[in-house]
Amino acid sequence: MAALHFSIIMLYLISSAGYVIFLFAQKEIFHRFSYYLLVAGFAVHTALIGVDCIRIGHIPVNSLHQTLSFAAWTLAGVYILVKYRFRVNVLGVFAVPFATLIMIAAFLIPEASMAPTRLFKSLWLVVHIVIIFIGEAALALACGTGILYLLQEHAIKTKSNRFFLKRLPSLEFLDRNGYMFIVTGFTLLTIGLITGFIYAQLVWGRFWSWNNKEIWSVITWLIYAALLHERLVSGWRGRRAAIMSIIGFAALLFTFLGVNFLLEGHHDEFTRW
Amino acid sequence: MTNLQDGNGDPLMSPGNGPDLSQIVLIGINHKTAPVEIREKLAFSTEETATALGTFRNSPFIDEAMIISTCNRVEVILIVKNQTQAVETVFSYIGDTKSVSPDRLKTLAYVFSGDSAVRHVFRVAASLDSMMIGEPQILGQVKDAFKASVNTKTTGVIINRLMHKAFLTAKRVRSETGIGGHAVSISYAAVELAKKIFDSLDGKTVLLVGAGEMAELAVEHLIRNTSSGNLLVANRTLSSGVALAERFRGQAIRMEEIPEKLKFADIIISSTGSPDFVITRDQVQPIMRWRKNRALFFIDIAVPRDIDPAINRIDNAYVYDIDDLQGVINENIDIRQTESLKAERIVDESVIKFIEWHEHLDVIPTIIGLRKKLDAIVDMEMCKTMHALDHLSSQDRLAIERMTESMVRKILHDPTLFLKNPGSHRNKSVYLDFARKLFNLDS
Repeated sequence: MAALHFSIIMLYLISSAGYVIFLFAQKEIFHRFSYYLLVAGFAVHTALIGVDCIRIGHIPVNSLHQTLSFAAWTLAGVYILVKYRFRVNVLGVFAVPFATLIMIAAFLIPEASMAPTRLFKSLWLVVHIVIIFIGEAALALACGTGILYLLQEHAIKTKSNRFFLKRLPSLEFLDRNGYMFIVTGFTLLTIGLITGFIYAQLVWGRFWSWNNKEIWSVITWLIYAALLHERLVSGWRGRRAAIMSIIGFAALLFTFLGVNFLLEGHHDEFTRW
Repeated sequence: MTNLQDGNGDPLMSPGNGPDLSQIVLIGINHKTAPVEIREKLAFSTEETATALGTFRNSPFIDEAMIISTCNRVEVILIVKNQTQAVETVFSYIGDTKSVSPDRLKTLAYVFSGDSAVRHVFRVAASLDSMMIGEPQILGQVKDAFKASVNTKTTGVIINRLMHKAFLTAKRVRSETGIGGHAVSISYAAVELAKKIFDSLDGKTVLLVGAGEMAELAVEHLIRNTSSGNLLVANRTLSSGVALAERFRGQAIRMEEIPEKLKFADIIISSTGSPDFVITRDQVQPIMRWRKNRALFFIDIAVPRDIDPAINRIDNAYVYDIDDLQGVINENIDIRQTESLKAERIVDESVIKFIEWHEHLDVIPTIIGLRKKLDAIVDMEMCKTMHALDHLSSQDRLAIERMTESMVRKILHDPTLFLKNPGSHRNKSVYLDFARKLFNLDS
């Protein structure tokens, strides 16, 4: 299993390197090569997760090791899809190294062995987990796009940095894609939260229990809701939208991991190690 | 920057000697030596140019003068009696009228004399010294500057000849090299940048402020990239705005309508001659809210600038002035390198020819030229006549030859004296040039 894990990391790592080289050299061949490596890594990763599923009988998000691996897998998958559909090649410079880092972190954390819980058997929960993870991957891409936007915007405003000006796509393109990622991510996050509440109702008999995890989820959701609302009503686009998508993602990361480590709440099996 | 040789009066410049090449002096600042803030401050309007030329004409150290003032440069071309003092006169005049300390001015300016001044003039006219090498407007601007100084009667033989040769050189450079052929620059750079702000220029609205030649060029290229876009032209005189708008199937508007139209425009190109900002930060700030922060791209190709640079600090508004575009332009320079080598060779040739002409403008070569010309005529006529008169004795022939020689000498006596000293306040080169023309010595 470790060998499988290791080969995934190697494929992702070489792919990341390829994307970085692509950023500097701007040769088509590098990003195509990196993309194929990423797809190969993703295929192996899918196999690994499939094996885990069969072994433990449910989605492998039962420990920090599994959760991170699953997050990296969704991020890689979502990026592959986005790149295939929208041709945002340069975003790979953000997405692939990020997925690789998560994967390396997962590799360094020993797999906690524990008895499978009955909790993970419900269909609502499967839907809740899968949708939230895909939504989070989309919001990660929104954050990456926001960072690229700020770099490009800075290059254009200060008129000094020709490096990014030449290599990054236009502001309008980045803004439009960032918006698309946020709309997608937000929609999935909403559906994910609703299924989560329904599941809570089924298991604990109540939708809402003032749990830290729930509170922070709603805070994150509100940040993105505010961003979308302001965009539609008063035209928060460009720089502000980019900054908000980064702040939103920071809140998301805190909800995802920070709450489990720093505060008390349910979902703790999520980050066991 | 100042490469002026110091020395109290070049000995070669003393009266009696013919014109030395170092009498041609050029003082200038351009986009390479001074930032746009200084250039716009130093720029000479038409009236200011006339006043300045009048002052220079009255200076005892200056024989001829001409001023070229464009958005990228101010060049003062002088034919001087005393280089050091003439240069000092110009610096202190500009310092006074433009309220820039002469010391600061000297650090920014370059001073050329002799062949390097000639070369610089030729390079400027041929657009080799332009911010966008090969841009075609500069030749027109130099021609206008020349006309203006002819009108104020501050040019003479040397500047006339110099400019005449400069125009010829520019023409040759344009027709024999591909320098002007590459997508010319400002417009090219502006489109490249616009594509980094807007994903596609399709359907974008371009607002042109000021209907000058420069603006026209920029718009031409831009319109080619915006297939279904609109063009708005705002101009002080509505009629020329209408004419330009018609050419590109756009719409002419009044200057007062600009703030309102900013709501709909995406790219603004400004090139008016206005001394103040045409579009200010206070006008743009509220518009951004109205536009829901859709990006606004200002391209300011005017000097003095039309667009308040503070607008660049507003979110989603981008202002590029002519200096900023330089960075983008620099990247396309490699392509032109080989062509510019060719162009430099053409300039070198012209400089050599001009120096040759100038050397002939000296008294001694002119007198020698005159003599040679008359001697040649005498020799030829003698030869013809003597053929028919072979009965003459050799003594008779000698007597006739002596007579013709003395005729030549006597004919040339007064002209020689006059050319050597045409009167203390007269410009010797005028008469030398005239004499050379009268006797057709330069053909």
